[in-house]
Amino acid sequence: MIGFVSYLVFFLTITAILAIAVLGLNLQWGNAGIFNGGVVAFFGTGAYIMIILGGPERGGEFGGFGLPWPLALAGGAAAAGLLAILVGLATTRLRHDYLAIATFGIAIAIEAFVRNATYLTGGAKGIRGFERPLEALIDNPFLYSLFFLALAVVLLIIVYAGLSRLVSSPYGRLLRAIREDETAARSLGKNPARVRLEAFVIGAVIMGLAGGLYATFYAFISPQDLAPILTFQIWAMLIVGGAGNNLGAMLGTFVVWGCWVASGYVLSSLAPQELQLYAGTLQYILIGLIIVVTLLIRPRGLLPERLQVTKRPGPQNTGVISNAGEQYQS
Amino acid sequence: MTAAAPDLLETRDVSVSFGGFKAVDRVSLNVKEGSITGLIGPNGAGKSTLFNAIVGEQACDSGSIRFRGKEIGGLTPDGVYHHGLARTFQIPKPFAAMSVFENLMLAAPDQPGEHFWVPVVARRRIDRRESEIAERAREVLAFTTLESVAEEAAGQLSGGQQKLLELARVLMSTPKMIMLDEPAAGVNPTLTRVLIEKIEQLNADGCTFLVIEHDMDLVMRHCHTIVAMSNGRIIYEGDAAGAQSNETLLNAYLGATVDA
Ligand SMILES: Nc1ncnc2c1ncn2[C@@H]1O[C@H](COP(=O)(O)OP(=O)(O)O)[C@@H](O)[C@H]1O
Ligand SMILES: [Mg+2]
Repeated sequence: MIGFVSYLVFFLTITAILAIAVLGLNLQWGNAGIFNGGVVAFFGTGAYIMIILGGPERGGEFGGFGLPWPLALAGGAAAAGLLAILVGLATTRLRHDYLAIATFGIAIAIEAFVRNATYLTGGAKGIRGFERPLEALIDNPFLYSLFFLALAVVLLIIVYAGLSRLVSSPYGRLLRAIREDETAARSLGKNPARVRLEAFVIGAVIMGLAGGLYATFYAFISPQDLAPILTFQIWAMLIVGGAGNNLGAMLGTFVVWGCWVASGYVLSSLAPQELQLYAGTLQYILIGLIIVVTLLIRPRGLLPERLQVTKRPGPQNTGVISNAGEQYQS
Repeated sequence: MTAAAPDLLETRDVSVSFGGFKAVDRVSLNVKEGSITGLIGPNGAGKSTLFNAIVGEQACDSGSIRFRGKEIGGLTPDGVYHHGLARTFQIPKPFAAMSVFENLMLAAPDQPGEHFWVPVVARRRIDRRESEIAERAREVLAFTTLESVAEEAAGQLSGGQQKLLELARVLMSTPKMIMLDEPAAGVNPTLTRVLIEKIEQLNADGCTFLVIEHDMDLVMRHCHTIVAMSNGRIIYEGDAAGAQSNETLLNAYLGATVDA
């Protein structure tokens, strides 16, 4: 029983951390229509910089600045934002397909970099050992895992509340308009290039925050964590939940991560020893299947984007909320 | 409008080419302040391309474009819009997944909440401006007879309603001049009458129009000046009466429509 509960706490913690990253992607893709094929680059940057800034001395390698955890976390998020500014200046003018390939390539390059820049990143073995916030004070491991879950959930709520506010403001309306038709927005005096870059950077900062939290939770980060599969999973979560809807993004994280973990469990207990190696592959196929089925049955996700999102001022607030027709896909 | 009215928009030798093909060829065009100027010409004459060049959506090979006496060539479309020159599209470009009302709210200028940090620090200022914009949006909805579809997804409107939405969106600010690209194409006769009435009303209030239109009858009746293009060049510039008796124009265009 206690085993199950502690596993549940572990599962929910990871879900909350991933949900933060999915919210970041939702701002970029769901709201602004920016196709980021390299989510893991920003997630990973946040993770590595956090642990380098906040971690202990590492026998001659770079880092060990021992910054207080909140500063280290913020530093990681800021570094992800900085990377996004560089990438964004170079690529956000690109069309979707090219942008997807460019960002995917950048993520691969960053993974290769951390794998080889041993002095900076510990190379293939990664960076291990990190004193998690308040770990010394809470010495019961189960209590500490509860505390960390609360911490992750609080951060998730802060990100969710901030993004909801942004999306329901005129800025959110501007993002959606640029997503719908950049040329039309430009003809009405808006500056899509500026707005797209901003949304790309804010989304990346949020992904960096999630990455920093992830590295904090495991007190460990390695190139393994930067594999392209994570980008794929985060996209699956957003598409299944409902791109453009922040609640949907969080629900999608729960559903997809739940399926991933459950399928991993089933496969590892059912598959014969010699086939265990291939079990992971089946999981990939399963995620692909979930995406396909969602697109067939609920193409706009479990919780589709609402038509009227901007908060209406004034006395004549009709409060009308309706769903955009299914035909406005694409 | 008087004959002595100054030029509001003035292009000099504007050329645009796609590869080796000259879509707009040394076009010099004047639009008098306060006029409704009609731009006619067969399909592919380069009219829409000229619009794109004027607002900076399409780069020019050469030439200069002046609006209210200031050079606007080289500006981006958002910059041109802020100078008071707005345009609509031949193929409507609604923000399809947004409601008609949101389409209008978006089109309004000077909303401080369109900077991402403002929603965090100054909710009040945003709300105040939103109220003003919403009031304007309701006026524009009434003016363009789109009230009944205000809460519908813009992509769901009929082609004619989308044309009206194109006009409605640019009316959320008060442009000095509006360039309309085939505003009546695909619009039913009732809506077309509404459209013409609205254009004349706005014109009476001081807004200058440059209108691409295929319906010769409409152009002859409602435009003060007519400019005709063919193969990227201007082949006629003058009044309606002159247009009807102009040989080149008849051959290049009027004959073609009769045949079609
Ligand atoms: N983006 C483009 N690339 C290549 N050719 C174009 C492009 N836009 C327009 N053209 C060509 O330029 C010519 C003028 O087009 P257009 O300005 O749309 O004509 P009009 O509006 O007078 O019907 C046409 O032959 C068209 O095929
Ligand atoms: Mg045209």
